[in-house]
Amino acid sequence: MTPDREKAGWLKRIAIVGADESDEIGMVPHKGVLQHHSEAALNALDDAGLSLADVDGLFTAGAGFAATLQVAEYLGIQPRYTDSTSVGGSSFVMHVEHAAAAISAGLIDVALITHGETGYSNRFRKVSRAAMDPWFPAAQFEMPYHVGGPPGTYALACMRHMHQYGTTHEQLAEIAVATRKWAMLNPKALMRDPLTIDDVLSSRWITYPFHLLDCCLVTDAGGAIVLTSVERAKDCKKKPVWVLGSGEAHTHWTLANMPDLTTTPASISGPRAFEMAGVRHDEIDVVEVYDSFTYTALVTLEALGFCKPGEGGAFVSGQRTAPGGDFPLNTNGGGLSYTHPGMYGMFLLIEAIRQLRGECGERQVADAKLACVNGTGGALSSTGTLILGVD
Amino acid sequence: MSDQKYPKPLPTPSPEAQRFWEGTKKHELWIPYCRSCEKSYWYPRDFCPQCGGRDVEWRRSGGKGRVHTFAIHYRAFHPGWTDEVPYVTALIDLDDGVRIFSNLVEVEADPKAIRCEMPVEVVFEDVTDEITLAKFRPASA
Ligand SMILES: [Zn+2]
Repeated sequence: MTPDREKAGWLKRIAIVGADESDEIGMVPHKGVLQHHSEAALNALDDAGLSLADVDGLFTAGAGFAATLQVAEYLGIQPRYTDSTSVGGSSFVMHVEHAAAAISAGLIDVALITHGETGYSNRFRKVSRAAMDPWFPAAQFEMPYHVGGPPGTYALACMRHMHQYGTTHEQLAEIAVATRKWAMLNPKALMRDPLTIDDVLSSRWITYPFHLLDCCLVTDAGGAIVLTSVERAKDCKKKPVWVLGSGEAHTHWTLANMPDLTTTPASISGPRAFEMAGVRHDEIDVVEVYDSFTYTALVTLEALGFCKPGEGGAFVSGQRTAPGGDFPLNTNGGGLSYTHPGMYGMFLLIEAIRQLRGECGERQVADAKLACVNGTGGALSSTGTLILGVD
Repeated sequence: MSDQKYPKPLPTPSPEAQRFWEGTKKHELWIPYCRSCEKSYWYPRDFCPQCGGRDVEWRRSGGKGRVHTFAIHYRAFHPGWTDEVPYVTALIDLDDGVRIFSNLVEVEADPKAIRCEMPVEVVFEDVTDEITLAKFRPASA
């Protein structure tokens, strides 16, 4: 369905005009974080037919303590609008709403959102995260019991979902297998060998209830997108992708304070984005959601309202989300099989934009006019939802 | 057990959580409580995050609850935990009305041996001369 941009309220003046990854993604030990940011930025600006000199607003996360200061200096730009919102993998999806607001308010003309991480190669350079203040709650009330990183927190949520709704390991594996089938159609995907449900179920346990193949990759990659006003978009190289609806929400930081372990804040950001766009779920052509774990994708479909709470397992069964299925999901191969450098949200955006432009080759979803994107961050803590569309 | 021998990350009690850590050292579980809401809350703060009020106090917990959910870890991210795998983390719903994160101990780290809603009780682990951790085990009958 061709979207009605007039329904999108203040957002109707906003266009995404550029999107790309860094030059090399996957296992790239010979490149650093800022190279991924800059390569992706230059590629995305070129995709838009713009240059660094056109950028007046910068949005990024993860590049050190003051991420926009670091990235702007490295790029050689002096932005007059800055936003380092950093709430995990959803950050870059939220940056779109923030950039749209700044453009809509007339504060800036061209917004650049950049990402770059070397999750795979960090081990060779002994890169470590900054130490936590020992008086912080997580240092006192989580760390002594060894949370076990993201697999540990997401496993706790998944286990509750399995208990409450009877969600099975096989249903989770359906997502890993369907996502791999999309990756096999994406030349940039890291994991392109065929995968079966049995392969997933017989892979070793990482953190029960997650097998190894329920967990996303850890790679090196960067990505960037460029937004501008409807007026300015007319001068850009490619047809604009419209931002039609947007929502963001976060509900907790430590998992003990999550209001309901069996959903995500997409149950807040999702309805807001759909309402703003004035579209129904059955009008969406392609869906890109964060798959840090198979469970993350499953519960996000429920939280966004594509099915009812607890019905995610049945919803994804029978390879429904695979190429040829009636619910195209994570069409680049996702964090599970394409790439996942740490905070994956940027790559959800890039794939949705490419699908809407019809640039996806073998994996192109026919006549894709409307996309739903949802990024998740933290311990299922934060989400940003976007509805994107093309004329 | 001396400080030198305990290889895992240790908590550093913060000012607003002193009462909690003094309690565990005496093998008592103390939970913050809001007199306005008439409800406990977690984790320790000098005010109630439910209403923003400052009329709060500490109450001793009976130490009984249920497993809300659990996870079994087959690898360690910290060298101090390497010899512990598989180990179990859990969110415990205390009968006092709060949900806290801890380890399940004295139970086989096997999904067949653990279930959500399983009754549990607190057990105290003196890990150093200064620090005692509150962990949970299957409730005695
Ligand atoms: Zn209160």
